[in-house]
Amino acid sequence: MPTTQHISIDTERCIGSGQCALTAPKTFTQDDDGFSALLPHAEDAPADPLAREAARACPVQAITVAED
Amino acid sequence: MSEAISEAVTETVAFPQDRACPYHPPTAYAPLRDQGALARVHLYDGREVWVVTGHAEARALLTDQRLSSDRLNPDFPIPTARFAGLRDEDRKSRAMLLGVDDPEHNVQRRMLIPSFGLKRMTALRPRIQQIVDRLLDDMVAAGQPAELVSAFALPVPSMVICELLGVPYADHEFFEDASRRLLRGPTADDSRKALEDLEEYFGELITRKEAEPGDGLLDELIADRLRTGDLAHDELVGMAMILLIAGHETTANMISLGVFTLLQQPEKLAALRADPSLMPAAVEELLRYLSIADGMLRVATADIEIGGVTIEKGDGVVFSTSLVNRDETAYESPDELDWDRSARHHVAFGFGIHQCLGQNLARAELEIALHTLFDRFRGLRLAAPAEEIPFKPGDTIQGMVELPVAW
Repeated sequence: MPTTQHISIDTERCIGSGQCALTAPKTFTQDDDGFSALLPHAEDAPADPLAREAARACPVQAITVAED
Repeated sequence: MSEAISEAVTETVAFPQDRACPYHPPTAYAPLRDQGALARVHLYDGREVWVVTGHAEARALLTDQRLSSDRLNPDFPIPTARFAGLRDEDRKSRAMLLGVDDPEHNVQRRMLIPSFGLKRMTALRPRIQQIVDRLLDDMVAAGQPAELVSAFALPVPSMVICELLGVPYADHEFFEDASRRLLRGPTADDSRKALEDLEEYFGELITRKEAEPGDGLLDELIADRLRTGDLAHDELVGMAMILLIAGHETTANMISLGVFTLLQQPEKLAALRADPSLMPAAVEELLRYLSIADGMLRVATADIEIGGVTIEKGDGVVFSTSLVNRDETAYESPDELDWDRSARHHVAFGFGIHQCLGQNLARAELEIALHTLFDRFRGLRLAAPAEEIPFKPGDTIQGMVELPVAW
């Protein structure tokens, strides 16, 4: 059964490496200033298994993923 | 044998050392791979420091704020004699970004993040392609054999970063030579002089741009940060220098060494030519495999326990990226190039707050440069015996000094 996931991004910590958007492009993007952002509806979508990979790839641990 | 005795009789390995093969870690580092995630090495001045070779430990330590990048810290490790002369505090430019810790670093970095975002880099791709195509046209027109470093590997990133920053490419011979002397000058005096030349150049360029604005990143920083007082003149000079040097030296070396490596491993090159969609993964794997910036430095500001050892406050720490990126616990058959592996978690761009600002510019440049070169020159080959082609010594960014090719 698909679970949903709660993803939070600490944009104060984000250094704009883009690792999240490159690793899990269905969940993460960058805003126009180059900081990490969630794609629209990413939070309601079924859990993206790559979201945890993206959190691990983040060089400054700015991403937290919690699943229901 | 007790640890104390083994330490007394064991000579530590010197760091850094020259590579024997331009794309493999120095053979002299082999013993370090068997000594756990951290080992001891000695620097040119005899000082012993920790070398990190374990992948998990490197990622943990590079995000640990108890390890400082502050180059003015008297305990900061000095890897080569030439760096010793570059540190004093009465320089005309300030150490920026790489040489400072948060919170100052964060303030500086955030001024630059929007200019290096993924969308900006995607928008830049057609222009990078134009530059690559034109340089290859010129190379064909000049005839073979060609020297690929000066004809292609260096001018591609050099032209791109000039346009991005708003630095006149007409000055490229000056700043490419000054950067080379700074990073690899034969003596400390050469490097010191190169630093002063670059400081003078950028000091004048920024003053000129204040009067006659252009449309590069430096012009934006003058308008948005210098005039507002967020950045001082000497800080902007320091920032411009690091952006220009990091923006062309590194990618130029990745292109030249990447081409050499692929020509030496023709079956890997054939797979890449057969399926160009492999290119992004191949660039990631080449970044891991080549690890051209091999020896990132930090100093401990507190005791840190990791990997069964204690790094003490004041200890120097050096990260051997080439060994970290070939840790067998992180990568299967790490000494093999493998386009199918997920190389994503390599530390070739560093990790933590200082991870390369221009990494997505580098990815775009490498994908376009390597794809276009090998697609257009199907018969590309070395024009000299591989073992006679000179490559960089171990105490600087790794890459080819020259790369004679024919097609």
